[in-house]
Amino acid sequence: MSEKPHLDRAHGQHLFKEMLRIRRFEARCAELYQAQKIRGFLHLYDGEEAVAVGIMQALEERDAVVATYRDHGHAIARGIAMGPLMAEMYGMLEGCSRGRGGSMHFFDRSKRFYGGNAIVGGGLPLAIGVALADKDLRSGAVTACFFGEGAAGEGEFHECMNLAELWQLPVLFVCENNLYAMGMPLEYAEAETDIYRKASAYRMPAEAIDGMAPIAVEAAARRAVESIRTGNGPYFLECRTYRFRAHSMFDAQLYRTKEEVALWKARDPLSRMQAWLQESHMLSSDDLARIDGEVEAEIDEAVAFAEAGTWEPVEDLERFVLMDEVPE
Amino acid sequence: MRAAEQLAQGLRMTYREACRQAIREALNDDPRAFLMGEDVGLYGGCYAVTKGLLEEFGPERIRDTPLAESAFVGAGIGAALAGMRPIVEIMTCNFSLLALDQIMNNAATIPHMSGGQFAVPLVIRMATGAGRQLAAQHSHSLEGWYAHIPGLKVLAPGTVEDARYMLKPALADPNPVLIFEHIVLYNAEDELDPAVTSVDISSAKVRREGRDVTILTYGNSLPKSLEAAETLAGEGIEAEVVDLRVLRPLDDATIFDSVTRTRRCVIVDEGWKSGSISAEIGARLVEERFFELDAPLRRVCSREVPIPYAGHLEEAALPQLPQIVEAARSLMGRK
Repeated sequence: MSEKPHLDRAHGQHLFKEMLRIRRFEARCAELYQAQKIRGFLHLYDGEEAVAVGIMQALEERDAVVATYRDHGHAIARGIAMGPLMAEMYGMLEGCSRGRGGSMHFFDRSKRFYGGNAIVGGGLPLAIGVALADKDLRSGAVTACFFGEGAAGEGEFHECMNLAELWQLPVLFVCENNLYAMGMPLEYAEAETDIYRKASAYRMPAEAIDGMAPIAVEAAARRAVESIRTGNGPYFLECRTYRFRAHSMFDAQLYRTKEEVALWKARDPLSRMQAWLQESHMLSSDDLARIDGEVEAEIDEAVAFAEAGTWEPVEDLERFVLMDEVPE
Repeated sequence: MRAAEQLAQGLRMTYREACRQAIREALNDDPRAFLMGEDVGLYGGCYAVTKGLLEEFGPERIRDTPLAESAFVGAGIGAALAGMRPIVEIMTCNFSLLALDQIMNNAATIPHMSGGQFAVPLVIRMATGAGRQLAAQHSHSLEGWYAHIPGLKVLAPGTVEDARYMLKPALADPNPVLIFEHIVLYNAEDELDPAVTSVDISSAKVRREGRDVTILTYGNSLPKSLEAAETLAGEGIEAEVVDLRVLRPLDDATIFDSVTRTRRCVIVDEGWKSGSISAEIGARLVEERFFELDAPLRRVCSREVPIPYAGHLEEAALPQLPQIVEAARSLMGRK
């Protein structure tokens, strides 16, 4: 895989469409939440789409992903079909986790998607272990581990930075720094607010990048993955981004100003990408209408799939508490 | 056979040596298996269980870790998810609390929460228990606590034979299995029966048959209970001693069968009484075998204190022979 993104018309449109798929899917999720079709916690990724989409461009099928509870974007960009994702949020048997995980816990074995983890920092040790297995098995695979800047406050973060570098594990650490750990502003929580410097202190290559720019994220991810695959150990990307919506559906957003949100919305990765593609004559109005139609149709289909879903029989409640065998 | 002959034939060994041989066997049998933990390599293990294994298997399979319980236990879970068969050693179960997030929120949860897409075929070994004056941060018995958690299997080898043979089926099991090795038992010595080459990890075992009273126990309370049974026999009381061995899932059938026959039951547990495995067993007996009982249940547990350093206080804090004997006697209406 080449180091730099090849920015032709098709790829430009692909990045745009991937981000649009996430944005529109989640807009529908919010509506369905209001309609009480989706329950529990719902954390939306609005504004952060460039991170998941950019990173996934650098991954191959053999690679692994460990996600957070804000995992819709990761799952969609990783290529998990929207139907099972929506069905999961409906709590249906046809969901990607049989309706047992919900919004925060998407899993897909076929995509090596090791779950949205709802313990902040809790996915990092798992990612280290998946990478350790891949290293021992000489599979050449890389594990992309997503987490927010809030995870840097957890001891597990530091344990894992150290272990990954010490054992030269093939992990791509992707810090989604959206400036707030739920409502806790970064500068109130961390003595060192440049998160990548913490990783640097563990002697791994680490950089801060513009997490609102999919091309910049993709370029950095390709650079990082190439370095990891060459056997140089882990790599750390701090993607500076922003979540446009509330932390979850129960959040009055008292901790930030409307002005600040507006400032970041001016940097919306989706509308900026659209404008740039149009200015560069890589996205015609016909293209836009086509992409729009395709995305809407895909979401409609996903909702229909979820609506047609079935409940897991209650008799199966205890199934998989203990496994009968290790799935192959 | 005399002890020296058995030793020469490799049949007589300590519990510690049995644990070591079990690890060696696991690593020889399965290339996916490896051991990691604090001081398991260069140091040879805090309790010398893994001595010599680094030289034998190399640093990729006997992996020394930094003091980062959450990271290396979580790494074991991740490696198990991705196809390996890790054995993780935690120096003592008090330290396992630093990894409780990973054990509870990931290992015990992911198979069910992923709808059965992922299994966690992982073994976590840890030292448990008191009796060596190690004070309150190295002496607790937390196996009953872990037995609270659905998704885990919890084993407590109380004999050299179980220490030798439990690891293999534990590692072959598709689920996370926690093995609690008692620190006092590491020096216990016994001869292995050459006819036995495996044990099951699903059932309790009757270690001594008796008709009058059942003593349910495990771990280092097993030898104490067997000794108590000898004393009781001298008084004409035949105690049946059941080694629970598997604390989750509990082998109800063996427990109920024994208590139904003897109609009296003493539970001996080095854990604290409140909210303990002994409380759980007692509740099950009351729920399922209330009308078979001829006497109230008795429990001999640790006193509800952090285990103290001073020898006489530590001794007073733990279940001891006289209390077990007294409890059994009282159920027979004797003083």
